[in-house]
Amino acid sequence: MKTIYMDNNATTKVADEVREEMIPFLSELYGNPSSMHSFGGQVGHKIANARRQVASLLGCQPDEIIFTSCGTESDNAAIKGSLAAAGNKTKIITSRVEHPAVLGTCRDLEHHGYSIVEIAVDKNGRIDLEQLEQSIDDDTALVSIMYANNETGVIFPIEKIANMIKSKGCIFHTDAVQAVGKIPLDLSKSSIDMLSLSGHKLHAPKGIGVLYVRKGTRLAPFMVGGHQEAGKRAGTENVPGIVALGKACELANKYMDEENTRVKEMRDALEKAILENSPDSFVNGDVDNRLPNTSNISFEYIEGEAILLMLNKYGICASSGSACTSGSLEPSHVLRAMGVPFTAAHGSIRFSLSRYNTMDEVNFVAEKMPEIVNQLRKLSPFVKN
Amino acid sequence: MWDYTDKVMDNFMNPHNSGFIEDADGIGEVGSLACGDALTLTFKLDKGGKIKDAKFKTFGCASAIASSSILTDMIIGLTLEEAEKITNQDIVEKLGGLPEQKMHCSVMGQEALEAAIKNYRNKGEAQPQKEGKVVCVCFGVTDTEIKKVVSENNLATVEEVTNYCKAGGGCTGCHPQIEQIIEQCRPEKPQADRPATKKPEKMTNIKKIQLIQQTINEQIRPTLRADGGDIELIDIDGNKVLVAFRGMCAQCKISEFTMRDVVQAKLREFVSDDITVEQQNESD
Repeated sequence: MKTIYMDNNATTKVADEVREEMIPFLSELYGNPSSMHSFGGQVGHKIANARRQVASLLGCQPDEIIFTSCGTESDNAAIKGSLAAAGNKTKIITSRVEHPAVLGTCRDLEHHGYSIVEIAVDKNGRIDLEQLEQSIDDDTALVSIMYANNETGVIFPIEKIANMIKSKGCIFHTDAVQAVGKIPLDLSKSSIDMLSLSGHKLHAPKGIGVLYVRKGTRLAPFMVGGHQEAGKRAGTENVPGIVALGKACELANKYMDEENTRVKEMRDALEKAILENSPDSFVNGDVDNRLPNTSNISFEYIEGEAILLMLNKYGICASSGSACTSGSLEPSHVLRAMGVPFTAAHGSIRFSLSRYNTMDEVNFVAEKMPEIVNQLRKLSPFVKN
Repeated sequence: MWDYTDKVMDNFMNPHNSGFIEDADGIGEVGSLACGDALTLTFKLDKGGKIKDAKFKTFGCASAIASSSILTDMIIGLTLEEAEKITNQDIVEKLGGLPEQKMHCSVMGQEALEAAIKNYRNKGEAQPQKEGKVVCVCFGVTDTEIKKVVSENNLATVEEVTNYCKAGGGCTGCHPQIEQIIEQCRPEKPQADRPATKKPEKMTNIKKIQLIQQTINEQIRPTLRADGGDIELIDIDGNKVLVAFRGMCAQCKISEFTMRDVVQAKLREFVSDDITVEQQNESD
């Protein structure tokens, strides 16, 4: 059975060009870039090239790029590293809809004497800018607000937020794991101080991430014990991962238009067809400010895990904000923060597309989805036959 | 992804007896949309008082739908007296097992059955209020319900209670209360005034050994068996008694308490105050 992969906000296929690029570093080019011989040194040149490729996608300087092991490490390093360098300030501001990598890190710091303010969102998942502005005070060490939400795809007005925070003299970090590669960014024109990204969300393999740190931003290293990454992140480099991420960023630049035209058209077509043919369903999130690949739809009276397993029968991969899929008993914290009723949160499905999807796949999913909804509603005690 | 058995997947993909019996003799409704799963069970009796037909409607995940489906298969052909003996563990067994975090789906099935039988016996009148006092506010679970899953499934931790009936899975504010309930459900402490066997003043070694064996057989084993466990006498050396736990007791997280509060206490009560009990380790 053919796999129809529409779960690209979870992880992505490694691009063929990316895989080709990294293979030599898994075989003959195994040198250590720190070595004093040219066998290792040639690897160092490749890392420098990858750093330029990443910087080019983000519109920053290569020496503002720190390679890490994943998005979660980047978030931890940014938050804990900037607090360690922030003196006596003890307040952290974030949002209620952050990825657990940020929210969990902040809540953990609450046990270490920091106070956390979690900014609310409205029913469309838009951040409360007024509350954000009012929350910033002299004790605020750091503000960390995501660029785009992983579950709904809602994009926050990050440049506006960054400017507001800069004017108040605070450090601003953004988790841009879902945004990088899907929408254009230009850090040269931005007030963002730190930004996290993750390789496997943009067609590089798992195990490689980046923390961008604006020149002049104070950051205590998260990992110590080596000179790598200019002393900001010790540990022998993940060379194949770094080279792969460099190539993936080059490709992301190349396909940025396609991501915002063809991928977006496929997403819109899928969403429209599903909504038209499934009664009592609706989109979660601000449809006007959304990643071009993401659609989060709630189907009332049925439960998400059951829908996913039915989709799985046809080889269709998606994900859900239902409680059952996570093993926890409460549905997605993002949908709850938006005030989506529990009844609809339990039946939410996220489709996240990529440039590797085709219109044929979209048509197939659009045809199967209403059948599945209908089949499960026949079993539901809340639907009268 | 959950590791569901083929039986669970088959009952989910091709559920048996889905629907609603309009002129049902008993209707049981449990769960709610907000909680993430809900089940309506209806049954019809034949003239002999056996369940002739049973149907379900379930909102929930694959294991909730599969539990409902297999339960209807299990009860058709049974009398109500037979049906009400079905426990959530029986449902789990029929499904070939459920992931730990999904045990509450089997409990929901059993509760719907219980509610439907009650509804029939109350002649279709409105379902009586839930028994007991609500402990978990997030999921509306009462102390009676928690006690039931704890004792029927031999649960020892809050996490297990959450897996079986959802209690404690939300704000976590009720965790201390759940811990208390677990504590209350532990095997009963020995009571002084139950002299089934008389403690002799002095005895020979042979007599002592016989008395220890008798106490284990009559006083200790029945308690442990009620929880699916067992005990074996390995050796006696003076006042030191070496035993090994079997069955559920062997994997039980509270076996240390069982050892002290049940085995040693009983032997001291019925044989001699000097007795100390030790548990044989797996490596011995």
